[in-house]
Amino acid sequence: MGSKKALAGLLAPPLLWLVVAYLGALAAIFATAFWTTDPFTNQVVRVFTTENIRALFEPTYLRIIGRTLLIAATVTVLCIVIAVPFAFFMARVAPARVRGLLVAAVLVPLWASYLVKAYAWRTMVQPGGVLESALGSTPGYGLGAVVLTLTYLWLPYMVLPVYAGFERLPASHLEASADLGAHGLTTFRRVILPSLLPSIAAGSIFTFSLSLGDYIAVQIVGGTLQVLGTAVLQNITLDLPFAAALGTASVVIMVLYLLAVRRTGALDNL
Amino acid sequence: MRLGLGSRLGFGAFAAVVLAFIYVPIGVVTLNSFNSDRTFGWPPPGLTTQWWSLALEAQGPRDAIATSVKAGLGATAIALVLGSLLSLALTRYAFFGKHAISILVVLPIALPGIVTGVALQSVITNVLNPVFGINAGLFTIVVGHATFCIVVVFNNVTARLRRLGGSLEAASADLGARPLTTFRLVTFPLLRSAVIAGALLAFALSFDEIVVTTFTAGPGTPTLPIWIFNNLFRPNQAPVVNVVAVVLIAVSIIPVWLAQRLAGSSAAESRL
Repeated sequence: MGSKKALAGLLAPPLLWLVVAYLGALAAIFATAFWTTDPFTNQVVRVFTTENIRALFEPTYLRIIGRTLLIAATVTVLCIVIAVPFAFFMARVAPARVRGLLVAAVLVPLWASYLVKAYAWRTMVQPGGVLESALGSTPGYGLGAVVLTLTYLWLPYMVLPVYAGFERLPASHLEASADLGAHGLTTFRRVILPSLLPSIAAGSIFTFSLSLGDYIAVQIVGGTLQVLGTAVLQNITLDLPFAAALGTASVVIMVLYLLAVRRTGALDNL
Repeated sequence: MRLGLGSRLGFGAFAAVVLAFIYVPIGVVTLNSFNSDRTFGWPPPGLTTQWWSLALEAQGPRDAIATSVKAGLGATAIALVLGSLLSLALTRYAFFGKHAISILVVLPIALPGIVTGVALQSVITNVLNPVFGINAGLFTIVVGHATFCIVVVFNNVTARLRRLGGSLEAASADLGARPLTTFRLVTFPLLRSAVIAGALLAFALSFDEIVVTTFTAGPGTPTLPIWIFNNLFRPNQAPVVNVVAVVLIAVSIIPVWLAQRLAGSSAAESRL
């Protein structure tokens, strides 16, 4: 199989779609970020200006971006803290026949609708809901609920790569470490954690990126909380160029994050 | 590394708590669909099936389901064709720009959904509307969904093609079959279950999608997730929304479970 015509025939339709429809649209956004709107008609005026980029650095929006970054970071850390012991249990403590069941148990909620899961948390944190009757109080709609819900939503995205990382870790390394006299915690700190770093970083790409751009779960459990995603939503009808600038900011943040993470070798793990 | 019984039990208890954390919300939603309290007070004062009969008669969810199914079928069909073509091209040929294309394919799913949504909406307002007269509606929904469903099909078909190797196709060529015949009689039958798995996953993804769809759907054509989202904040619609939510859980899980039976666990994980 090697004819160039066949290759071109195979590639042309999908590339046409992806390049024209998708890349074209992305390029359009980045271009739009440098345009502006007519203050009277709210139509997009195609005049080059950097006022949208400058507006991003105003205190209001810096605060929003900072808050979004804080949420993304907190969710990522929480997912790591929960996923690593859980994945360790799955890979090393649980008996072999239970392992497959555990993997399935983690995967099934992943397939359930994102919207429904966020909705489930809404009914749980609402006044009079499950959390209040079980624990006596509820965080209510706001930042805490958002962090809780996002951690819940993205947890499988962290558990699966970390579990794969644990499986790849040879048991002989752990035995060698014990033979050399290391206690459990030392082995964890100096043998397991370094070798797990790429998997953790790979999982963090998902949790960080998904939290950064989220605007649906935030609206469902966050009450009036303002994040990057909701700011884009607010501006999209009346000030598309500014919404585009906000969107561009999130892409830039993600690219920077990916570059930082690349050094840990996480990208080879995806 | 030997773990004492205490540590093993500790890890086991932690794992049990995490599993409870994962499943309790889904259980709560399901139980709430039978909650006789309209505002979902907890614990439920009583159980009732009236919300289910109410939901079954409601017109809104039914129209939304129809829209979702139509969009899902359209997006899956497009993604099947384009994803398979791309997969065949990238696994069987070596060419300049191959790496760039494999990144391009993943981009719609890798970038934050809101960026894809804003991009597609700007295309609708700036290109589709003025030039072609196309408004946001079923067509734009299908276009948006197809764009990231391509990567789901692509992943499944690529995984299968890599596992198959090229020897069977080479043997077929040696026996005199033209490329199209080889594809029809050798490659496609071997790919079939991977293609079906990809289609099921693409449909599930499209059916469940909301992040990009809010930007590409017009005011008159809500998909099921959008209908749920629009009615989430209306207290008197709450019970019906809850029932619809439970249905959506089942509908999301079943195609993925089927796909896993067909193409192995890698299929389900490609939903990532």
